[in-house]
Amino acid sequence: MLNIGIVGNPNSGKTTLFNNITGSTAHVGNWPGVTVDKKEGIYKRGKEKILVTDLPGNYSLSPYTDEEVITRNFILHSKPDCIINIVDVTNLERNLYLTTQIMELGVPMVLAVNMMDLAERENIKISIPNLEKDLGIRAVEICALKGSGTKELMEVAIEEAGKKREPKSLLKLTKLKGLIDLVESKLEEIGISSPLFHAIKLIEGDEIEVNDHPKLYEEIQEKSKEYQSATFKDDNEGMIADARYQAIEKISKDIFIQKKEKLDIIKQSSKRDKIFTHPVFGIPIFLIIMFLVFHVTFSENFLFLGGLFGDDFVTLSGTSFEGLFGEGGINSPGAMLLTLIETLGDLFMGWFAGVLEGAGAASWLVGFLVDGVFAGLFAVLSFLPQILILYFFLSILEDTGYMARIVFLLDRLFKKMGLSGRALIPMVMGFGCSIPAIMNTRTLNSREEKLATIRVIPFFSCGAKLPILTAIAGAIVMHFGIGNADLITFGMYILGIVTAFIAIVIMSKTTLKGMDSPFIMELPPYRSIKFSSLMIHLWDKMKHFIQKAFTVILASTIVIWAISHFSFGWRFLEDSQLNESILGKFGQLVQPLFTPLGFGSQLNQYGWVFAVAIVTGLIAKENVVATFGTLAAAIIAGFSGDEEGVSSVIQIIGATGITVPALISFIAFNMLTIPCFAAVASAKGELTRKDFNWTILFWFVTSYLVSTIVYLVGTWWWAIFIVLAILASVITIIEINYRKYQKRKVEVTA
Amino acid sequence: MKKHNKKLSDFKINETGIVIAVLGKGQIRRRLLDMGITNDVKISLIKKSPFGDPLEVFLRGYVLTLRKSEASLVEMKMLDEEGNDA
Repeated sequence: MLNIGIVGNPNSGKTTLFNNITGSTAHVGNWPGVTVDKKEGIYKRGKEKILVTDLPGNYSLSPYTDEEVITRNFILHSKPDCIINIVDVTNLERNLYLTTQIMELGVPMVLAVNMMDLAERENIKISIPNLEKDLGIRAVEICALKGSGTKELMEVAIEEAGKKREPKSLLKLTKLKGLIDLVESKLEEIGISSPLFHAIKLIEGDEIEVNDHPKLYEEIQEKSKEYQSATFKDDNEGMIADARYQAIEKISKDIFIQKKEKLDIIKQSSKRDKIFTHPVFGIPIFLIIMFLVFHVTFSENFLFLGGLFGDDFVTLSGTSFEGLFGEGGINSPGAMLLTLIETLGDLFMGWFAGVLEGAGAASWLVGFLVDGVFAGLFAVLSFLPQILILYFFLSILEDTGYMARIVFLLDRLFKKMGLSGRALIPMVMGFGCSIPAIMNTRTLNSREEKLATIRVIPFFSCGAKLPILTAIAGAIVMHFGIGNADLITFGMYILGIVTAFIAIVIMSKTTLKGMDSPFIMELPPYRSIKFSSLMIHLWDKMKHFIQKAFTVILASTIVIWAISHFSFGWRFLEDSQLNESILGKFGQLVQPLFTPLGFGSQLNQYGWVFAVAIVTGLIAKENVVATFGTLAAAIIAGFSGDEEGVSSVIQIIGATGITVPALISFIAFNMLTIPCFAAVASAKGELTRKDFNWTILFWFVTSYLVSTIVYLVGTWWWAIFIVLAILASVITIIEINYRKYQKRKVEVTA
Repeated sequence: MKKHNKKLSDFKINETGIVIAVLGKGQIRRRLLDMGITNDVKISLIKKSPFGDPLEVFLRGYVLTLRKSEASLVEMKMLDEEGNDA
């Protein structure tokens, strides 16, 4: 099978071209060792199948980023039969910079000259024959968005794949020719293959090459003094980069028949930017857009129409689908789909349980299949519509180029914490659901930034944690007759946000030093998007999520079900016997662990219910309150529950004797600790094994510490002084260490 | 530094100049050069973020954003509105 790779700058239309060529055959995985998307697909040419790989978007083949190293290694080691190098014709100079580097490798290649439609609108005319002559590569005009020219492109690529191509360097058009020729011939003498590529890398001072030919490198350094200018001194890497652009400028004169009036085009784009990055209105517009996205995805009172229709509007009451369109308000499309899947799940499970019981299946088997397997699966799958809808909108914002503007607007606020403005998007998404938020961190620049962001995402309390907040806050108000439920809920959200930012600052100065990677980003022009590309993207995300739902998440769910429905003697237990289960006993065992948090040994013999609820919350955070209901029914005679779970909580409060500060601390713990299995699985997909393990520990430790502080300060108000004193000294120590580190860093680079 | 030379980070909106030197080391310097900030290239400052940082500049037919800390590594010679040396 022929193997073709697509290489190009970010925003050059590379992924659109890939989707055009491979359609729905695309398969997304990770490159080994890093979490950079590896996309592969099949191009069908009659009966012949051709493997197409979409390489990460790159500006250069420098050795500094994962993406660049992946592309370089792919070309050098995977030995593709042909490379398609896509370039944006409206931004040709900078796009050709990467081309000049690929040309130096002997791999067969074709230039795909993209955005020909925009070129026409911008009055750009280029001469393809001159371009082919200057580069020594075949070139095909395409328009990836409309799909025109791609067939021809593939034909040329297949034709070229059979031929050999001599490596060529445009650098030989500059004064560096003498030096390159010299090194190339020396390498050729000692029998190095692709001497041209290695010669240029050696002149650049690439570490691997220098280690291979230390003697020759010394000679080069001596020799290159003749070529060095005042600006570049002994920086050969810079000298070569500069020379590449000089060479491109030289051939540009041949290539362009007509160049665009640049500033006009910029003014065009600026019209939209005048609104979207307006100094005053830019941020409010962003907030409104985010609000609308959330509203459509999660709201249960869509467009605030609830009041208009009254309570009895299509509630479908009495039918199985009661509440599908909403109760007391109209559901947003997202909430409607969520209810639909939940209802279908309930109907299916009810039917299935009936069938099993009718067939005389053992009660443990019914419980296992219905409550263990299917209930777990439907709980996870019911998140799916909202995840996809959220993802759909964010992909639109990303692909049109709006997201880049947001980064530009907000970067300053995040720079101090060592993050870039881009990190805001996953954080805000976290309020909806941690899963798409964690997936979105793939767009972040550095490993450190990604890691820090993933770690704090669960602190932005998601929709599923809201029932914990409202039920417990409601119970506090009703049982103790103090406070205001809304105020408690709001306060907990603030606690989460504050914890997130403190954690980021501490990480950026301790374990994740050097998070502030350079911020040099292209601001792409606003572009229209292709619906089919968007759908392919969503389909990928859905496949991944469903895969996880049926493997990691399902397995974890079954384990929790099993330990909550079997006793140590491996006897099957009904729901109402949860207290006798393995999980119940485990709760009793670990109860003392939560003493500093207020729900440990200071409570009576029923105090373990809180530990159990934390564990069941790992399946889905909604389970925390549901577990209270189950346990209240098990341990309290004459218990009666309610929908919101407030009365379950009140009865649990009565039975355990827990205090208000301890309840608040319990909410804080659930908000900040290890998120649900589905979110954990997403984090696992985005992190290396080691980073992932530390992240789990980080979640546990952070939630434990913050909840301890909440309990202590809530119980003894003066404890706040002790906490502040400890916090101040920790921060001072960190700051002193960080200053030392920075000083050392400056000394090294100077 | 000469009177009409200044750093890209000190530019006012709509000011234009040509690059006379790119400072810095390693990854940052390479990235600036890779993005086309090389000797004699014309760069204009289009916009600043509402908080004054980062900057939006125009060069080689496209728009680039970079933080002031990175822009301060780029030394420029100012041009007047006609594109002549100021």
